[in-house]
Amino acid sequence: MADKKLRLAVLMAGACGGCDMAIVDISETLVDVLPSLEVVFWAPTVADVKYKDLEAMPDKSVDVGLISGMIRLDEHEHMSKVMRAKCNVVVAYGACAAMGGIPGMANMHTKEDIFQTAYFDTFSTDNPDGITPQPHYLMDGKYDLTLPEFYPYVRPIQSVIDVDYFIGGCPPHHSVVLNALVAILKGELPPKGSWITNGKAVCDVCPRNPRNTDEKRELVKEVRRTIEGDPDENKCLLQQGYMCLGPITQGDCGALCTKVNIPCAGCGGPIPGVKDFGLRAISAIASILDNEELVEQIPSPVKLFYRYSLPSSMLGKKVKKA
Amino acid sequence: MSEWTPNLIVFACNWCTYQGADLAGSLRYDYPANIKIIRVPCSGRVEPEFVVEAFKRGADGVFIGGCHPGDCHYKEGNYKAIRRFDLLKRILIDMGIEKERFQLEWISGSEGKRFAEAMTTFEKNIRELGPCRVKEGV
Repeated sequence: MADKKLRLAVLMAGACGGCDMAIVDISETLVDVLPSLEVVFWAPTVADVKYKDLEAMPDKSVDVGLISGMIRLDEHEHMSKVMRAKCNVVVAYGACAAMGGIPGMANMHTKEDIFQTAYFDTFSTDNPDGITPQPHYLMDGKYDLTLPEFYPYVRPIQSVIDVDYFIGGCPPHHSVVLNALVAILKGELPPKGSWITNGKAVCDVCPRNPRNTDEKRELVKEVRRTIEGDPDENKCLLQQGYMCLGPITQGDCGALCTKVNIPCAGCGGPIPGVKDFGLRAISAIASILDNEELVEQIPSPVKLFYRYSLPSSMLGKKVKKA
Repeated sequence: MSEWTPNLIVFACNWCTYQGADLAGSLRYDYPANIKIIRVPCSGRVEPEFVVEAFKRGADGVFIGGCHPGDCHYKEGNYKAIRRFDLLKRILIDMGIEKERFQLEWISGSEGKRFAEAMTTFEKNIRELGPCRVKEGV
């Protein structure tokens, strides 16, 4: 590998920390890779660096920047822009960064609705003065206090900066992270703007796929929820009526969920060529149903099909009433 | 609001609804001039992406016309279409798009009159709803 150490920066935007854990999870192999890596920034989770340290670095001085999480606060947007300025290669790392992720389902509600629930309506809330977070507050007439501004909607990283590569997964499997890091170290990168993946669907790598067991595919006769009964461990989940999104999800995970009897929820991102994950899921799922009545039995279709990708979908958010 | 005319997209199946539109023309039936017909091989060819793309680009209503059940040139294209349509409609309603803006009807090649009537009703419904807000974006 390269003589020069690869300078790496990791930023957690609106994320839960799972993506950072996935990097740490490379564990022993990370120790092998570490001699060729120099972690210059990993905030706010792992390294003891502050945002201002990254801001002080010269432009384009970092080789690779990983951004996990979506854009919800102005802080996320600002730091993503700083990352873009400082890093040569920026990777939207994980389902939230690439597609908006689970927090993206908040786009079904307005900021006002969310504040109403979080600061007024919940059972355990005690807020007699009706106080909600404000970006600015002047305390005692002299202390100017600030909080990041809460944006009306969740956005994926590529809506605020130019992203070079995408990695899916919630969180990405540590082997995927390692492969990506090795590809970057060796300089074996795909064309700009693509996903660092093997390009196969979950079904391709799923041992339950009827193609692999020489079973005949039939139309789906019933729709079942994951809480209804135990799926047969050897049969295709879709054939049994569980809404598995394997046909259109990238299978870099190695079909981890379906191997433990859980239908694929689509965290790996769309397979190459798919413009809108949820809409293609409608095509795929609707076409295999036996009759029209089954459509009505699919629970909460938006949140099922857009669980990880609502902000990056063509509609992006719920349309407000006039 | 008197200036506004609805922008309407009709996906018409090559074998039935498009022929129906043709017949409506030959028989000189009146139907609204503000519909834009897009000829597709089969109603089953209409991907959900096409519909949302139309809304995103400024359509106020999207209409899909296909062959009557059992009459599909490709045997079961229209059965796939209705399943996709039902599911997409549920999603569009959840996303805040009124269900009247998205219609599916079976109109055969001999139903020129029916085509003209369906278009007139569709146009009237959308006119009552007003402009679609999807194109305004996030």
